[in-house]
Amino acid sequence: MKYTLSVLVENQPGVLSKVVSLFARRGYNIDSLAVGTTEDTTMSRMTIVGEGDDHILEQVEKQLNKVIPVIKVRSLGPDAVTAELLLVKVACDPQTLGKVNQIAALMKAEVADVSKATVTLRFAGEHDKCETLCDLLRPYGIREISRTGVIALERG
Amino acid sequence: MVKCLEAEGVEILFGYPGAAICPFYDALYNSPIRHVLVRSEQNAAHMASGYARASGKPGVCVATSGPGATNLITGIATAYMDSIPIIAITGQVNLEQLGRDVFQEADITGACESFTKHSYLVKSVEELPRVFKEAFHIASTGRPGPVLIDVPEDVQEALAKSFHYPERADIPGYKPKTGGHPMQIKRALEAISQASRPVICCGGGVVLSGAREEMTAFAQKSGIPIVSTMMGIGVMPMDSPVYLGMIGRYGRSYANRAIGEADLILLCGARVGDRAIALPNQVAQQAKIIHIDIDPAEIGKNMRVDVPIVGDIKTVLAALAERVEPAHCQDWVERVLRYKREFVPRGEDREDRVEPRSFIRALSAMMEEDAILTADPGQGQIWAAINFTQKEGRFLTSGGLGTMGYALPAALGAKLAKPRRQVLAVCGDGAFQMSLCELATVVASHAPLKIVVFDNRRLGMVREYQNSRYSGRHIATHMDGNPDFVALCRAYGIPAALAENNRQAEVLAAEMLQTPTPFVLVCRVDPETPSV
Repeated sequence: MKYTLSVLVENQPGVLSKVVSLFARRGYNIDSLAVGTTEDTTMSRMTIVGEGDDHILEQVEKQLNKVIPVIKVRSLGPDAVTAELLLVKVACDPQTLGKVNQIAALMKAEVADVSKATVTLRFAGEHDKCETLCDLLRPYGIREISRTGVIALERG
Repeated sequence: MVKCLEAEGVEILFGYPGAAICPFYDALYNSPIRHVLVRSEQNAAHMASGYARASGKPGVCVATSGPGATNLITGIATAYMDSIPIIAITGQVNLEQLGRDVFQEADITGACESFTKHSYLVKSVEELPRVFKEAFHIASTGRPGPVLIDVPEDVQEALAKSFHYPERADIPGYKPKTGGHPMQIKRALEAISQASRPVICCGGGVVLSGAREEMTAFAQKSGIPIVSTMMGIGVMPMDSPVYLGMIGRYGRSYANRAIGEADLILLCGARVGDRAIALPNQVAQQAKIIHIDIDPAEIGKNMRVDVPIVGDIKTVLAALAERVEPAHCQDWVERVLRYKREFVPRGEDREDRVEPRSFIRALSAMMEEDAILTADPGQGQIWAAINFTQKEGRFLTSGGLGTMGYALPAALGAKLAKPRRQVLAVCGDGAFQMSLCELATVVASHAPLKIVVFDNRRLGMVREYQNSRYSGRHIATHMDGNPDFVALCRAYGIPAALAENNRQAEVLAAEMLQTPTPFVLVCRVDPETPSV
């Protein structure tokens, strides 16, 4: 089972390593982790996507709550608003450029850079849409991918 | 930093200086705080732990950067596993040199990440009062534990414009819960009223929260029998009619039977460690489980729980004791007490060697009721845990991490916290050699510690494991090269004697307890003596 945790932490050095070392030590895996500032400059929000059953999720939440600079831990359900930023560099030549462009237009991805042999697309959207875009581009030869990992907020 | 420690009411430090902590030591020169110079930093942490457990206040240890700090790690991890409040202060290289691998640099906050309750790398002198206030607050409240403060040398040298020590710590992410949820307490009371074979299992949390009186009141009013884990030993006098004994792999069979046959188990401040309850899910299938712990993460971690109560044991037990009705379990109590009565403790006095189990029983009768006993992991720990009748005293051992070499420094820390109480360390010859350098610290601090060394010239517990698991293929468990311990102790100026049999051991133990100085009693033990 995939879970998404939204973790509000104090914005101070060393917090990330405290959180990450907790996952490493207890053997919980992390699919993605994104950290950024929030509306309050003294706090940061970490969005952690991981995998595990209910027992593991409960333990992850409880153990995270024990980390002193962690202020709040919330497990987000499937209806949360989520997004991920993707940069993907695809090989292309004059024959395939049009096709890649079509895919970009279809998926509403932006062309961020064009060179003689590659196009780099920028896309923001839900995790699955990022996957779809990559799948569509794969036949043309993906050169490099960079993704931020999921960020999420509760609805309402 | 020294002013912060004074503001916290710290009276004693255990430490070892080095260049990167010298500014702190220089400031200590004019302070009334007593400093105990150890012989190895690991033992400074163990002494702080023994001090904390005996005094109920956080123990403080100090080391320099690099190797000083890394030597502390085992001591910090030991305290973490047993939830002991200690503050570890380490020197660090100058701020601008951090990360350049300069002489004696070690990333100690990083290295200790997984076994400190919290840690700080202090970057400016202005932060120090807040950091110290928070550190002491975090270490000693909620589920206690070690907090590390790493201070670069130039931060120690910097002068603050003014000193103001905060009155309270305000940490947004740290609000330990103390009172149990009334709904859960109600559910617990219902479960107790429906149970016919209830048992209380006390862990170290009961001792840590100082809930001795509340536990006794609850047990007496409800009439529910009590077992304890090793860390829960001493939660009530062991000769009390409601107390059965220690559970676990090396525990008393009748105590384990009570757990195995119960239909309701009240786990109090016990984390269901594998050595205490080997098959938690099997136990939980047969019995309803009420789990009281201040750390929500312990509830449900190793065992399925029916009624979880998050809160301070002392508060929760007081609430339970107030409302609990006598449980309907007369037959059950009769039954478990019969198990206990029918049990014949093993080990009888010998003429050729000291039988450690019967000697511990004799020793226990000779000592004062509030004596503090420490024990090193290994066979000696088990001999001491199950044969010594704790009354008003304490049993201090490394239960979680099982750190050899803990007993001697922890005993010294405890003795310095409670100078009037008898303090006795029980060590095997293996563990004793891990911290015997601290005999010098014992001498220098004029602490009349008593030490019993069970010398079987073996690593007894590993050897026992090799017998049971590896068909007696003994490897690396024969302690070749052991010194003459009596001569060695005397070289430190500590009176010492060798006992070859139980009669001698008892005579010498009486002499030891009369002696106003430290005393080491070495007992020759048969390597074939089992733990239980």
